[in-house]
Amino acid sequence: MISVQINGEEKVFATEVNLEWVIDSLSLQNKKIAVEINEQIIPRSEYTKTLIKSGDSIEIVAAVGGG
Amino acid sequence: MDNLKIGNSEYSSRLIVGTGKYKNFEQTKTAILASQAEIVTVAIRRTNLGQNPSEPNLLDFISPKEFTILPNTAGCYNAEDAVRTLRLARELLDGHTLVKLEVLGDPKTLFPDVSETILAATELVKDGFEVMVYTSDDPIIAKKLEDIGCVAIMPLASLIGSGMGILNPWNLEIIIANSDIPVIVDAGVGTASDAVIAMELGCDAVLMNTAIAHAQDPEKMASAMRLAVLSGRQAFLAGRMKKNIYSASPSSPERGLIARKT
Repeated sequence: MISVQINGEEKVFATEVNLEWVIDSLSLQNKKIAVEINEQIIPRSEYTKTLIKSGDSIEIVAAVGGG
Repeated sequence: MDNLKIGNSEYSSRLIVGTGKYKNFEQTKTAILASQAEIVTVAIRRTNLGQNPSEPNLLDFISPKEFTILPNTAGCYNAEDAVRTLRLARELLDGHTLVKLEVLGDPKTLFPDVSETILAATELVKDGFEVMVYTSDDPIIAKKLEDIGCVAIMPLASLIGSGMGILNPWNLEIIIANSDIPVIVDAGVGTASDAVIAMELGCDAVLMNTAIAHAQDPEKMASAMRLAVLSGRQAFLAGRMKKNIYSASPSSPERGLIARKT
């Protein structure tokens, strides 16, 4: 069981997953986003090879309206 | 061509607009198109995790392919958060380095914390960003930010979202005279005349959000602002007449008057 925080919410995964899988599961694969794990930015090219570990704190951001 | 030059890029529009405070994405797009702005600001926030696949993002409406998207650091109160936010923005925008830095000091007035702004600007310039920096209208701070390597100085005209217009044109003039990089009024523009005045003073561009988004008719105001920026710029380039304080000079000739002189 892998327990992580994504955008401040607790999420649990039954098996080991990679970041690409997490992004797909949130339907974000075609959206312009950026991801941090434990305050380190993960480049898009590394999503598949980045494994999610228990205790990871993940931030997924997007562009929204602002001045 | 009287293009706006920021960093290594050139733009034909001297009006920069924000994407916040609109009713919906459609209204945002309509207003931006009416403004003919080429650079638009966005904020960076946590994505909604409950998102369904068909729910559109802002960038589905305002595409990075059609516009220069300028990420901001709205809501950041220290240098560390601002730098972190812009590094994420750079990743999100596929390596795009033109950014708007704002580090706030106080949630009520949204006045910039210039000490933290200087720290953030230093870090960001070192990391290869082209920093357009929101700041107070303090000419010394403006020069410091320019010396650090920012690509544009963006002094406030008045408080963000206040619509109070240009409160201190004198400071703005000093900043413009001292600056070798573009000076862009950011914050406080309320209506078209504010934008005209900014451009007449010699600003290189004007950035606004609330003035358009909270107008009764945002599309019409966006269009007014486009004209205002063009008009103010043309007046500046034309070189205004001298002000004659306390003295008048008639526009009609003295010779040949039929009226008896008193």
